[in-house]
Amino acid sequence: MGEQRLDEQTGQTTTGHSYDGIEELNTPLPRWWLWTFYLTIIWGVGYTIAYPAWPLISGATSGLLGYATRGEVAEDIAAHEASNAALVEQLVAADLTEVASGTDLHRYGIARGGAVFRAQCSQCHGSGAAGAIGYPNLLDNDWLWGGTVEEIAYTVQHGIRNETDFDAHYSQMPAFGEFWVRTEIEQVADYVLSLSTGTPIEDGADLYLDNCAACHGDNGEGMRDVGAPNLSDAIWLYGGDRDTVIESISNARFGVMPAWGQRLSEEDVRAVSLYVHALGGGE
Amino acid sequence: MDVIKLVALGVIALIAAYAADQGNDIAFRIHGAIIMLVSGGLFLWTLRKTGEPKPQIALDAYQDGVVRAGVIATAFWGMAGFLVGTFIAFQLAFPALNFEWAQPFGNFGRLRPLHTSAVIFAFGGNALIATSFYIVQRTSRVRLFGGNLAWFVFWGYQLFIVLAATGYLLGGTQSKEYAEPEWYVDIWLTVVWVAYLLVFLGTIMTRKERHIYVANWFFLSFIITVAMLHLVNNLAIPVSIWGSKSVQLFAGVQDAMTQWWYGHNAVGFFLTAGFLGMMYYFVPKQAGRPVYSYRLSIIHFWALIFLYIWAGPHHLHYTALPDWASTLGMVFSIILWMPSWGGMINGLMTLDGAWDKIRTDPVIRFFVASLAFYGMSTFEGPMMSIRAVNSLSHYTDWTIGHVHSGALGWNGMITFGCIYFLTPRLWGRTQMYSVSAMNWHFWLAMIGIVLYAASMWVTGIMEGLMWREVDDQGFLVNSFADTVSAKFPMYVVRGLGGVMFLSGAAIMCWNMWRTIAGHAPVEQPVSQITDADRHATPAE
Repeated sequence: MGEQRLDEQTGQTTTGHSYDGIEELNTPLPRWWLWTFYLTIIWGVGYTIAYPAWPLISGATSGLLGYATRGEVAEDIAAHEASNAALVEQLVAADLTEVASGTDLHRYGIARGGAVFRAQCSQCHGSGAAGAIGYPNLLDNDWLWGGTVEEIAYTVQHGIRNETDFDAHYSQMPAFGEFWVRTEIEQVADYVLSLSTGTPIEDGADLYLDNCAACHGDNGEGMRDVGAPNLSDAIWLYGGDRDTVIESISNARFGVMPAWGQRLSEEDVRAVSLYVHALGGGE
Repeated sequence: MDVIKLVALGVIALIAAYAADQGNDIAFRIHGAIIMLVSGGLFLWTLRKTGEPKPQIALDAYQDGVVRAGVIATAFWGMAGFLVGTFIAFQLAFPALNFEWAQPFGNFGRLRPLHTSAVIFAFGGNALIATSFYIVQRTSRVRLFGGNLAWFVFWGYQLFIVLAATGYLLGGTQSKEYAEPEWYVDIWLTVVWVAYLLVFLGTIMTRKERHIYVANWFFLSFIITVAMLHLVNNLAIPVSIWGSKSVQLFAGVQDAMTQWWYGHNAVGFFLTAGFLGMMYYFVPKQAGRPVYSYRLSIIHFWALIFLYIWAGPHHLHYTALPDWASTLGMVFSIILWMPSWGGMINGLMTLDGAWDKIRTDPVIRFFVASLAFYGMSTFEGPMMSIRAVNSLSHYTDWTIGHVHSGALGWNGMITFGCIYFLTPRLWGRTQMYSVSAMNWHFWLAMIGIVLYAASMWVTGIMEGLMWREVDDQGFLVNSFADTVSAKFPMYVVRGLGGVMFLSGAAIMCWNMWRTIAGHAPVEQPVSQITDADRHATPAE
């Protein structure tokens, strides 16, 4: 080690080290630095006593304040639930057709129903409720089982063609592929497709009137009591191209929806019905 | 010796050729082809040299060839990383830049790890390797240990970078942030890193100085800790040895905790400890002043490396991570504040008595700016680790802004300063070709960083507030898409900041080229200074 020398500019001595010409001063630790460091350590010890911190053999210290991040979330949720308790009561008691838009109750129902929809319904009906092949679009005014808020609430509560709720909507179209020949199926398909043009063709009309009109109506207008789709508009649940219509006639369709009354609270069912009704097509 | 080398290279080339032909996925096959070409080329090169007389190496001079290569590689990869970063910044502002014809290679998701790895590991890593080789020789007064092993470290590291970067573009990733390369690339990096440790440690062990200089403590802690982090976080079982996919050893929250133990200490040891090593040599050297406090350097070094390793859990606040781990991560992060600032104090106060150089010396200006950004980010970091602050800042652009004020400000600016220090010295010039170009670079980079950090503060805090905004009934007010559209103007500002930073780096490359072109490298003799006359030598 070399000799220490006095650095005149700072008044400190050097350590006597020199590495490639670099020397080091004997400056003591800055006091403010050291005390701030000590303070953070003291604060740290205190904080780990107050909050869950130290791992032990089969768990960890839980802290004197009894704090938990999950507890914090639970408190937040409980606070909102308490402040909304009156609205929930109103929602359960209200006649859904009477809930006027613009009221706190309506706003609450729509917001809560939207949350239920995004969590439970969007998987099939889409996050924007535009539906998908086999899953109805809920934005338009074409309703299979009825579009008033009460009809919607019934469908949500009991579902469609499920095996868990005796009150579920139920109907079954026959699979005409089992007793018609291919040319007959094609004739009826072409006839069905012509219904939505406004000028039905003649081939297949007899077959349609004998076999299909009982549910779908003489002019293809559909029937809500049995969930039979309107065949005279441009809206198709499974697709309106010729192959898909042939497929529907041959094998029939059997769309199922769960009975949400068995999974959701009554206020959730009511809220999501209000939400779906308000999406645009509600009657 | 050459025969063994030839056999080994030949075998590797054959295996790589098989991998290129039979690999299970495109990333693996192309990597097979790259390794085949490299080992085949080395085979031919070795074969041609066999029997030739070996060139004489001046053993009494510092081994600076590898440092020169490192300085150029740093600038090259820096440009690549900044360019990709600027491009993906605009991709976020204008999603149409995810061109249809460039899918899937030009997708943001593949370019983003390319950017982060290019700037951290390619730009930062090359800067660390080059400066550590330069510094350890001079502060130990010996030539690098291991002869050409240093060249193996350099070229092996470049091969790692190429394999990592091409892997990302081709979809070869294990999806761990900052540890994306797949298993065989990880194994290769391990080999290179062990060689790096050997060269560095060997040089220290054969040193002519009695003590080890503080810069070398930091470098050594960086090399050892990165080795440990790399090994543990990349524990994985390959699905097939002929494919790039692998399965992580840890799962769920254990995997997340391991990842952020790695991720945070990549910041702590790669981007902080390693770069403090650079600072401890170049700042006193350029200022011509003694290091401010030897005692502070000891205390803050040990405090820093002890505390940093615990701070990782603050990346996982409010997740499946147990509360106790989250608390410890936060507490250690806050205690880390002063040890981090120890480096800034020792850097800035070393200028005591040379403050006027900030006006006259552009290199000092780069160092001062980098230390200022270092101080700011190491205050911001502990603050953001506080659970309550983190509940606002987490997952927002604030984090991105924080990282960039550290990366562009601290790592970038100090590296530019080092390049301006080293380039004239390594190529035997008295100074850089153009001092005014250095000033242009400085101000472009400064304004670029300010635009970047400020725009990200604004968007980060804004989107944090928008995400948590609820109405009087407790329902969320904003959708995620609302926050995305609200951020658009700030994303454009951020992109412009990137353009300025990139332009500054381009000016640096031009300046380097004008400084180097036509000048032969200069060998510097190993210092023969003796203890007796050393203290009398004035600082340079």
